[in-house]
Amino acid sequence: MAKAKFEVPELQEYPEVPKIEPGTMAHLETFKAKPEFQEALGFPGELVDNWQEQAIEAMGDMLGKYRSLKVYMDSCVKCGACTDKCHYYLGTKDPKNMPVARQDLMRKVYRRYFTLAGKFFPKLVGATDFTQEVLDDWYNYFHQCSQCRRCSVFCPYGIDTAEISMAAREIMDRIGVGDKYSNEIIGKVYRIGNNLGLPGPALEDTLEGLEEDVFDETGVEVKYPMDVKGADILLVTPSADFFAEPHVDGLIGYGKVFHEAGVSWTVSSKASEAANFGMFIGSYENMRKVSLRIREAALELGVKRIIFGECGHAWRVAYAFLNTLAGPFDFLDKNYPVPQHILEFTLDEIEKGTLNIDKSLNDDMVLTFHDSCNVARATRMGDKPGGQFDIPRAVIKAVCNNYVDMPEDTIREATFCCGGGGGLLTDDLMELRVKGAKPRMEALKSVTEEYGVTHMAAICAICKSQFTKVIPYYGFEMDQIVSVHQLVSNALILTGQNSEGEEDESEEDAA
Amino acid sequence: MSLAITVLFYVATVILITGLAYRIWVYAKVPAPLKIATTPAPVTKGGVVLRMFREVAFFESLFKSNKLLWLLGVLFHLGLLLVLLRHLRYFINPVPTVIELVQPFGKYAAFAMIAGLLGLWARRFVIDRVRYISAPSDHLILALLVLIGISGASMTFVSHVDVVGLKSFTLGLLTFDWKPLPSDLLLVVHLFLVAVLMIIFPYSKLLHGVGVFFSPTRNQVDNPREKRHLADWARKLEENS
Repeated sequence: MAKAKFEVPELQEYPEVPKIEPGTMAHLETFKAKPEFQEALGFPGELVDNWQEQAIEAMGDMLGKYRSLKVYMDSCVKCGACTDKCHYYLGTKDPKNMPVARQDLMRKVYRRYFTLAGKFFPKLVGATDFTQEVLDDWYNYFHQCSQCRRCSVFCPYGIDTAEISMAAREIMDRIGVGDKYSNEIIGKVYRIGNNLGLPGPALEDTLEGLEEDVFDETGVEVKYPMDVKGADILLVTPSADFFAEPHVDGLIGYGKVFHEAGVSWTVSSKASEAANFGMFIGSYENMRKVSLRIREAALELGVKRIIFGECGHAWRVAYAFLNTLAGPFDFLDKNYPVPQHILEFTLDEIEKGTLNIDKSLNDDMVLTFHDSCNVARATRMGDKPGGQFDIPRAVIKAVCNNYVDMPEDTIREATFCCGGGGGLLTDDLMELRVKGAKPRMEALKSVTEEYGVTHMAAICAICKSQFTKVIPYYGFEMDQIVSVHQLVSNALILTGQNSEGEEDESEEDAA
Repeated sequence: MSLAITVLFYVATVILITGLAYRIWVYAKVPAPLKIATTPAPVTKGGVVLRMFREVAFFESLFKSNKLLWLLGVLFHLGLLLVLLRHLRYFINPVPTVIELVQPFGKYAAFAMIAGLLGLWARRFVIDRVRYISAPSDHLILALLVLIGISGASMTFVSHVDVVGLKSFTLGLLTFDWKPLPSDLLLVVHLFLVAVLMIIFPYSKLLHGVGVFFSPTRNQVDNPREKRHLADWARKLEENS
């Protein structure tokens, strides 16, 4: 079990709502962005002199641009429906991690400067000046929100804390206080093309390596092409898929599915990243700029379709925002949605019968599925509402014999965040990440004990990275996290593949 | 006193109506630049109307969240609705049959309303999380509503008010043909508190009644792949690049 400098929460059999313990997470402040990273995104390098004035001005600007922010600042009645819904509150007991209290960090400033009641009777309505102390609270606690929107499901007015934490981060960026993790990464996307800063030649090497691996294993020449002009499909996938485990096993799976479907596809060195951290920092301009790379790549390569790999927030930006930010995509084939999710593609092929599946190849596992927050609560797959829950499960069940769901109040629209989303997947927030994973870990533990679940499948690069890192703190093993397309890859028998037998078995022995 | 209450009611009515109209205008004017419906969401406009109806009529999301809180919320709001319907008898002459039918329910609904309010108030003391998020104004608004409920119910069940005189007063307000208010302390207190409620309504969290209709997570159609959703200020970014 991993060692921690902080107290790892104990998993409970029947999760309960903890009593509040003010200030437990007040110390946790993620690293701030250096001036060069701020400036690369068009923000001031460091805290500006008249920051208070500028912050209020920025807030006024946002209130005039985002109906969500304006309505949500006014509408909360403090009923408390959301107070026990956030995984960070459940894991840390810090009351400022209750969604309403997190919102109130902004609402008390809003009320002071933008409402009559707050101007004349601040104490009465809980309004305060925007002091340095308040700003510090903003920085710490708006970087303890993974923007997972679980609270918005349960709020009687649909108040979405994600909208508020995004706006808060944008306001802080505009006065020169940004967080290092997200802002540095967005800079890398502009300079190099992806979050990990992998240049084109390195990607090419990696993809060639994958081709060799798949050939060695199957005897089939499955291609993993890059920058191929005139390919039918542009695959946009999180850069973690190129090398991280278990992400890369998913990428191998996409390639095998495309190969068997007989379509031509390519990744792009220019848009070699599905992630769009512009969303995490609430910056429309940066989110748009990152999205436009995909449009440009699609135009340059002359593709007919765009398909996204397994990534949660990327699918939100792709599904819900891409058409708005970087459309219209009238130059693509109108017979397919723009963009499509790889799972929509794979399920189509399964249903058409083009894939030769041997489910028994996954019999060494009992699977469960983690609904990623952004996919679950901010997007859809397929034509029907709820397709984002049904399609991944349909694919898993088509390639695995053993599948069980985790408890109902922890999946689908009520799914718990992995604890690392929303731009928090950084080592300096490890305490938050571990504690925030507690509700998901409890759910996983319950199906492990009751049904003998051995593996949890995910469809998000952040979820996969977060889980492989934090589950050892709770006594699980890293390799219990798998990609959904890794399961597809395991069970998919390629046309002309080496016959089953010695080769496969010897490999398993070695593993 | 009659004159003071008369003036107060006109002022309160003007503030309530202009305040709400202003709020609605602001909410309608501020664009929602991105599709942010909380999914699964309806894919048609008709579906959105149904979702909003379930939210407003049955408090669907609150039901998912917390059954006791839902029950208290329903007790209060449904009670208030019946009580308000019953009050129409003071403003319409002759009284429509529907309102006559509501009358017996409306009378006892006052108890549901008060019970709901007291339950909601108790949560602010008993549950540590709710205590933490409660500001003085949250307590005061509850106190105001409870007092309105108790003063009103007292006139029905304890010390009857001169309803004939009251009706001639209210009809007088509507027709600008002012009549004296029956002198009754409970009535004066009740009307004064109601006027206060009307005045703070557009400037307080009571606005949630309007806000819910403008909530993008609830009122948007889930069709971003089919339709672009460009705000005017976002369109300018395109023109500049």
